[in-house]
Amino acid sequence: MNSSTQKMTPEMFEPVAKDTLAQEGVASKKITFWGDVWRRFRQNKGALLGVLLLVIIAVLAIVGPDINSYSYRATNYEITNQETVGDHWFGTDGLGRDIWTRTWYGAGISLLIALLATGFDLLIGVPYGCISGYYGGKVDNWMQRIIEVLYGIPNLIVIILLLLWLKPGIIAIALALGITGWITMARVVRGQMLKLKSQEYVLAARTLGASTRRMLTKHMLPNVLGPVIITVMFSIPTAIFFEAFLAFIGLGIRPPQASLGVLINDGYQVLQLFPYQLFYPALILSLIMLSFNLVGDGLRDALDPKLRQ
Amino acid sequence: MSKVEPKVEKILEVEQVKKHFHVGRGQLVQAVDNVSFEVYKGETLGLVGESGCGKSTIGRTIIRLYDATDGDIRFKGKTTKDLKGKNLKQFNREMQMIFQDPYASLNPRMTVGDIIAEGLDIHELAKGKARQEKVVELLKTVGLNEEHADRFPHEFSGGQRQRIGIARALAVDPEFIIADEPISALDVSIQAQVVNLMKKLQREKGLTYLFIAHDLSMVKYISDRVGVMYLGNMVELADSQELYDNPLHPYTEALLSAVPIPDPDTEKRRERIILKGDVPSPIDPPSGCRFRTRCPKAMDICAKEVPTWQEVRPLHWVSCHLYQEESLKKEEGMK
Repeated sequence: MNSSTQKMTPEMFEPVAKDTLAQEGVASKKITFWGDVWRRFRQNKGALLGVLLLVIIAVLAIVGPDINSYSYRATNYEITNQETVGDHWFGTDGLGRDIWTRTWYGAGISLLIALLATGFDLLIGVPYGCISGYYGGKVDNWMQRIIEVLYGIPNLIVIILLLLWLKPGIIAIALALGITGWITMARVVRGQMLKLKSQEYVLAARTLGASTRRMLTKHMLPNVLGPVIITVMFSIPTAIFFEAFLAFIGLGIRPPQASLGVLINDGYQVLQLFPYQLFYPALILSLIMLSFNLVGDGLRDALDPKLRQ
Repeated sequence: MSKVEPKVEKILEVEQVKKHFHVGRGQLVQAVDNVSFEVYKGETLGLVGESGCGKSTIGRTIIRLYDATDGDIRFKGKTTKDLKGKNLKQFNREMQMIFQDPYASLNPRMTVGDIIAEGLDIHELAKGKARQEKVVELLKTVGLNEEHADRFPHEFSGGQRQRIGIARALAVDPEFIIADEPISALDVSIQAQVVNLMKKLQREKGLTYLFIAHDLSMVKYISDRVGVMYLGNMVELADSQELYDNPLHPYTEALLSAVPIPDPDTEKRRERIILKGDVPSPIDPPSGCRFRTRCPKAMDICAKEVPTWQEVRPLHWVSCHLYQEESLKKEEGMK
């Protein structure tokens, strides 16, 4: 073959118009990553409604029990099982306790347990996933086998055994939920780490000689934050729901303390006689679950890199 | 195009390098197998070959992103195999890399200033005001301006991002830069811009490039010498003009025949050599010469013996039985 006719001269590769610095300007306003996320999150009306509901519920959970004059544990046998009497806005239960106060008190306990459980999730799951994904190879292989074994044990059994040993309380329930729940978090983080590890900007940092610490803090963790937040938003309602379930089978917070699950269980006992006793705690539980899911969905859409560019 | 001139100083020597990957079930991908070449100081060596031929793998092995399975890589006379601590840091400053995908090669959570200054931070080359000044200087070197420093990568175009990647590599004042398909993800108009920037930087800073690509005309434009790879082997290496004028290896011939010629009259007469079949799997490469299954000139000996890497003309290396007298004699014997 004869390609001597195929002459390439430097002139052929000169740009038609010379570049000027002015042409390189970026016209748009400076947008940070979180600014961009907020811009997209804002457009999601459902997610905003979720945030609003959560704020209202959180505020009421904090100040709600103090709005009227009743304590969550004060009994009054004169007015048991009254639907509305005086300023008992949600009525009273079988011991004459104020359901408004107990509902918000219980919502607070439920949220606290869920937040603590998610905290344990993060505490165990994130480092576990990080190490597994970052080091890879044999380390990863062993750590994943351990996870698979743990995943094979029904978590209800683990929780029941733990609660028998620890005696149900806020910390004990949160710990039991965290110990069984971190696996999802670890898997999410590991998956992200594996993905990020082969990204070119991570390779670039390696060729520059970045230390492991720098790699993790500057390049890996900021980029797994999105999926971790999404996982948190979905694991909080799961924890609340599971706590309610535990209370329902009699493993919940001990009276006179209450959580939403305990209240629902109490209300369920008298469902046919006094349905309002089940209604209010169940409504609040549903609203909490709904709003966390709405916010989680919104965040996922706002953070999802696939929608970017 | 530059003439073949004896360039004395070897900056990089790659000797019989192998890189194999385990892909499970005891299977082995022989991504790079027995590749040897040298890079001289101040030159640009182009590496071409189709996707999956191991050209990126060899680049990443040279810069120690992968550890070579076998063989030796010497940078400035010293083996890179067991670099540690201080020496490794020094090596990281002297050799840098430009990556293929401008959308994946910049951390989306860091500002452009921090991305460019990463090398400065890691090696503690500049702090505070000096760091700021150096960042601005680097931005200007690649044709961007200082306002860009506190913006984020997603606000830039592909070409701009690629230049930010170049600035990051330049921050540590490297001598040798591996460019792993730096232009294949860019529009044609921007490709010229980036390549011209790379040429300008080479002139000004005396850089040495290993330029990995699959665009033959672009490789010819930027490279002093060109190596052709096929299925993990280097099949031919020569001065770029020599390679394009007198390709020896049948694979190089076929590859070059696929390049369109920007002249309608000659283009009409261009005959393409169409290779039969697909590239075999690197898990189970053909015996003997790896190209024999698709080679239009394959002989009996090609299946039996691996061709040796020989300099058949001055500075023109090829790995093919057609150009080895001993092999041709043996082939006669077989008949």
